[in-house]
Amino acid sequence: MSNRIDARFHALRAHNRAALIPFITAGDPIPGATVALMHALVDGGADVIELGVPFSDPMADGPVIQHANERALRNKVGIADILRWVREFRERDTGTPIILMGYLNPIEIHGIERFAREAVDAGVDGVLVVDCPIEEDATLRPLREAGLQRILLTAPTTSDARLARAIEAAEGYLYYVSFAGITGAAKLSAQGIAQRVGDLRDRATVPVAVGFGIKDAASAKAVAAFADAVVIGSALVATLANAGDEEDACARARGFLAPIRAALHGSKNDV
Amino acid sequence: MVDDYHAFPDAQGRFGAYGGTFVAETLIAPLEALTATYLRLRNDPSFQQEFADDLKHYVGRPSPIYHAKHLSERIGGAQILLKREDLNHTGAHKINNTIGQALVARAMGKQRIIAETGAGQHGVATATVCARFGMKCVVYMGAVDIERQKINVYRMKLLGAEVVPVTSGSQTLKDALNEALRDWVTNVADTFYIIGTVAGPHPYPMMVRDFNAVVGREARAQMLEQFGRLPDVLTACVGGGSNAIGLFHAFLNDRDVRIIGAEAAGEGIASGHHAASLSAGRPGVLHGNRTYVLCDDDGQITETHSVSAGLDYPGVGPEHAFLKDSGRAEYVGVTDDEALAAFHLLCETEGILAALESSHAVAQAIKLARGLPKDKLILCNISGRGDKDVHTIAKREHIEL
Ligand SMILES: Cc1ncc(COP(=O)(O)O)c(C=O)c1O
Repeated sequence: MSNRIDARFHALRAHNRAALIPFITAGDPIPGATVALMHALVDGGADVIELGVPFSDPMADGPVIQHANERALRNKVGIADILRWVREFRERDTGTPIILMGYLNPIEIHGIERFAREAVDAGVDGVLVVDCPIEEDATLRPLREAGLQRILLTAPTTSDARLARAIEAAEGYLYYVSFAGITGAAKLSAQGIAQRVGDLRDRATVPVAVGFGIKDAASAKAVAAFADAVVIGSALVATLANAGDEEDACARARGFLAPIRAALHGSKNDV
Repeated sequence: MVDDYHAFPDAQGRFGAYGGTFVAETLIAPLEALTATYLRLRNDPSFQQEFADDLKHYVGRPSPIYHAKHLSERIGGAQILLKREDLNHTGAHKINNTIGQALVARAMGKQRIIAETGAGQHGVATATVCARFGMKCVVYMGAVDIERQKINVYRMKLLGAEVVPVTSGSQTLKDALNEALRDWVTNVADTFYIIGTVAGPHPYPMMVRDFNAVVGREARAQMLEQFGRLPDVLTACVGGGSNAIGLFHAFLNDRDVRIIGAEAAGEGIASGHHAASLSAGRPGVLHGNRTYVLCDDDGQITETHSVSAGLDYPGVGPEHAFLKDSGRAEYVGVTDDEALAAFHLLCETEGILAALESSHAVAQAIKLARGLPKDKLILCNISGRGDKDVHTIAKREHIEL
């Protein structure tokens, strides 16, 4: 297995279980707590971690994640901090894939080549750049060349022609956005997307993760019945938002994920 | 060396290294649909005829070129000529674009219009065309700007628009743009987003430019007719850059015409309190396109300052970034104080109250005129009228109204 993401999904197939992918914004709610929080997510059942790189203008995010970005930026959290945290996390966890998720400008200003080199070095596995569609792929070529998996988004509005391109270019997993909207909105209809996700899984060579609108065990279980992975962001970020200290934040993370992870048990027995 | 400046953008919406489509996946499909529709309408004579008729009968075009002789005499140098976009219906160049986009929206069968606004000028121009076309209108405006621009907020409400305060980020124009994009992502099926300047993802920088390019086409013909020649220099203020590219575009291939954009230098570039993206920023990605942006070393967009809300934006249209790098146009900073001085001088000598945004262009024209002989012609774009700014000016000068 050439990379952690493929290895993790391969292992999960043997367990007939959809992957649980929590999202947190790096440096939120307490900058010093991010590494401990990442370990707590794994303890709570995370299979892959999406770590948000804060940006001043998160145009695809709803209020919950906007505020998480604002909190992190008030503490001046930047790419150097985040890569340091990933490196520290890797000292104790060499198996859990880490995806950095964010917007292009901070990465460009850091320097794409430099970012690619440093991210690989720190132990990052994949990168999801929200505002960089396949049309602008050339921009991110240095990331691929350095060995980072390019996680691509597809959406209900994605045309068939573009879907084909995304399927061809996808690495790690293909992220299906469950509805036309911003993160944290309450628009998910598991039934409504089952067929589309099923179709994507038939055609894609990488696993298909579904995100946006999954907020608890019930919605996770419903989606896990037809997806390879479920991504949970806003509901988790909201749970952590007013944590008093590191210990509190970690307890909340574990407590939030555990029932969801339990609900995913055997979720793929039907396929 | 660029052969033909009118050949941009390319099919991907790129102006050299700038522009493009840097948006979340969900918006790609509506942008592709918009591009296809617009490219069709662009070559559709009946669409162009309707647009031209509206500009003539509703906006009041053509706007005149006025030779500011008294101002020029006072300066004692080159002649300053004014392109009077302030005389348009609603008082600024913004209406050229909102009429064009409303016609595109109608052609696409969209009944709900959203817009962002800073000073409120674009919001008013959008609310105006929506009232006329019977479309629902939602305008996003930073909470800070709502406080600074109460009159325009009320104008929008009178015109039937809903004004939504934006409380995220710095609560100004850039955040209003983010919020409008979020609305659009959520309501793609029935909503048309009328962006107010030559920024945003492709096709907006091209489409908004095309709708404002009437300014330069008119001006070029008027110059030949009234003065028998082209101007030596063009000046316009640059916020997002729509009035500037509107004036510049028709002249881009006239290599002897010097082109200068005036950005808001606020309290001075060195103070850090400014909005001069081209003069003091660096290439980055904001609001769907690659362009010059004002940001810190972590890539976070920085807060801007200008006495004129319409120039208070940390990015700039990608075509200007391209014109800067190619050397075809120059971009310089004009401070709050310089703009205010120019506002007063134009007011006193010519009886014209220019918008604070436009006063930046006037200040630049005055600076240039001082160093040039009397037979040189400087054409300055008065992008809007200053009535909206009298409260700001009075307050700054400690006058109780
Ligand atoms: C009168 C006037 N001029 C200029 C501007 C700046 O915009 P742009 O640079 O797109 O022309 C504005 C924006 O509100 C305006 O109201």
